[in-house]
Amino acid sequence: MFRTLAISAAAALALSTGGASAAGGEITVENYDFSFQGPFGTFDQDQLQRGLQVYTEVCAACHGLQYVPLRALADEGGIGWTMDEVRAYIDQNFIEVYDDDLADWRAAIPNDNFPVNDSVGAPDLSLMAKARTGFFGPRGTAIYPLIYGLGGPEYIASLLTHYTGVEYEEFGTILYGNETMQGGRISMAPPLWDDSVTYADGTSATVDQMAQDVASFLMWTAEPHMMARKQFGLVAVIILGIFSVLLYLTNKRLWAPVKARAKGTTPPE
Amino acid sequence: MGGIPHDHYEPETRGEKWLDRRLPIVGLLYNTLMIPTPKNLNWMWIFGVVLVFCLMMQIATGILLAMHYTPHVDMAFASVEHIMRNVNGGWALRYIHQNGASLFFLAVYLHIFRGLYYGSYKAPREVTWIIGMLIYVLMMGTAFMGYVLPWGQMSFWGATVITGLFGAIPFIGEGIQTWLLGGPAVDNATLNRFLSLHFLLPFIILGLVIVHIWAFHTTGNNNPTGVEVRRTSKKEAEADTLPFWPYFVIKDLFALAVILVIFFAVVGFMPNFLGHPDNYIEANPMVTPPYIVPEWYFLPFYAILRAFDGEVWIVIAADFLTAGIVDAKFFGVIAMFGAILVMALAPWLDTSSVRSGRYRPMFKWWFWLLVVDFVVLTWVGARPAEAPYSYISLVASAYWFAYFLVILPLLGVIEKPLPLPETIEDEFNEHYGSDHGASGSGSASASTPAE
Repeated sequence: MFRTLAISAAAALALSTGGASAAGGEITVENYDFSFQGPFGTFDQDQLQRGLQVYTEVCAACHGLQYVPLRALADEGGIGWTMDEVRAYIDQNFIEVYDDDLADWRAAIPNDNFPVNDSVGAPDLSLMAKARTGFFGPRGTAIYPLIYGLGGPEYIASLLTHYTGVEYEEFGTILYGNETMQGGRISMAPPLWDDSVTYADGTSATVDQMAQDVASFLMWTAEPHMMARKQFGLVAVIILGIFSVLLYLTNKRLWAPVKARAKGTTPPE
Repeated sequence: MGGIPHDHYEPETRGEKWLDRRLPIVGLLYNTLMIPTPKNLNWMWIFGVVLVFCLMMQIATGILLAMHYTPHVDMAFASVEHIMRNVNGGWALRYIHQNGASLFFLAVYLHIFRGLYYGSYKAPREVTWIIGMLIYVLMMGTAFMGYVLPWGQMSFWGATVITGLFGAIPFIGEGIQTWLLGGPAVDNATLNRFLSLHFLLPFIILGLVIVHIWAFHTTGNNNPTGVEVRRTSKKEAEADTLPFWPYFVIKDLFALAVILVIFFAVVGFMPNFLGHPDNYIEANPMVTPPYIVPEWYFLPFYAILRAFDGEVWIVIAADFLTAGIVDAKFFGVIAMFGAILVMALAPWLDTSSVRSGRYRPMFKWWFWLLVVDFVVLTWVGARPAEAPYSYISLVASAYWFAYFLVILPLLGVIEKPLPLPETIEDEFNEHYGSDHGASGSGSASASTPAE
């Protein structure tokens, strides 16, 4: 169930929430249906693992995740690995970090963060799902983000699937046509094609599937405690809701004699 | 308190008497908590308690956040991510603190507009109003500096733009700006002093809140009728009032609980809705965001700042008359601060002898137009500064000033107010459906002319 929200630049221009940085033209962000949406939505652990695989095998070539600790892969409410699986992941992918004390590179341990990767100037992806918004407006009213969510992961998935196939040369650099990117051109070549990765769980690795998987994963890297946060919100709302009812009844009872006196139903003292 | 006759604290046990002779603190607390409060206060009177709660919540979460935060340009952004990821419950602290600022401002705006509608700023409550305005200005300073601390793109560029306002002051502006920033541009020195002041100002606000409460406890609360509590006898005072505890404490706590349901739903389910996505990108002095937008609670005044550009005749005239000293930029700054100043001067600009807007048939319309105006300014403050938004913001800004400088003074002269209820008790009894007010103090109904 995708709904395409083509948002005109005029409508996309910033509001207090979700300011867009539109320069012109339209950007296309598809409203993907992610499992973690809504107050009760949860991360799909299989999807996060697939997304991690896409990140590791494709994105990590150019992008880092410098704020995400490797041990977080073993956290509850996320990827959900065991610590041994985290260590195996580090070994298999030869993840190294630069150690200031050793003044040299060494193999990462789970307490290290994912490595920084600015080799080609690609932005770090740790917070990308919160640093972009897909939905704004209309006309600065923030109604769309209220209904559809801010649309960070939708933006990422759309960006990966909305290459136009046209290439432009600007000052000796090749730019690629992309309907989601502001201005319509992006310096990242289309990174995904069908079967770029082979999923262990047998899911068919279409571009669409991989885009959504990695967008999901990046939502997790941006908001690793989202499950705990929603649970906290739910518990707080329930407890305060009960409190409200009790206080309402207390208040009503407290004021009843005062109001009855005002009605003249009981004689005043 | 407030010259309203009521029971005072009497120390009874030997221990109480012993303490009371040395430090009458129990009596002070008793009198503060038991203050006779007009019994007709409506739901718009709950925001004082909400605001005190907000201040406490911000101070508590802020102190904990400060334990994990690093005020250094190379580490601030990472330390906030450290709080979000590695500190136990750090994400909750930060999201509560961040959205707490929004709740704080929402409540303060409702509180201010309540005061504007019911004439709470009028004599003898001018000092309460002025202190409230001081608190509001300090809140804005605190919120602005707090927003710089995460050191995201909007933090950095917001700080650059806002401190640039001081640079617009003629002759001394540049010096002031450098002094504020601790250098030629927003940098490490700026971040350090902003943290220091962000930590300090809430405690000054706390002090002012105590003075604010002291001031209105001296005059007594205003109320929806604007009619003063009768002070002629204790019996009459008691017919108009109820003690703050338990009647208003419970009522306010109920309202607070309902508000917190919504607040925690926002924190739990959409904590970034009110934030700007660019603030999840680390500050980069080399990359200017295409649109620099302040947080929503600054937008009305940001709109006024931007409304007076170099194409407005009054700005051109000011520029010409002052030989270029008051240029468009400085004019905008004057307008922004002036917008708050005229609001602070409301007690002396409003000439009407009737406090409550409820009994002012013409005032009502202008007041609600001001509310709409405020919403429009909030909206237009986030739109690009180009047509048609520049015209909308100009008209909306002009109305803001016209309301305080023209409409309020004139209305008092030309408006014929509706008859006021004679006493709070009458109004209260009327409201709860009795034609024969239950108590013995002449149950004149609200239709009796006040004259």
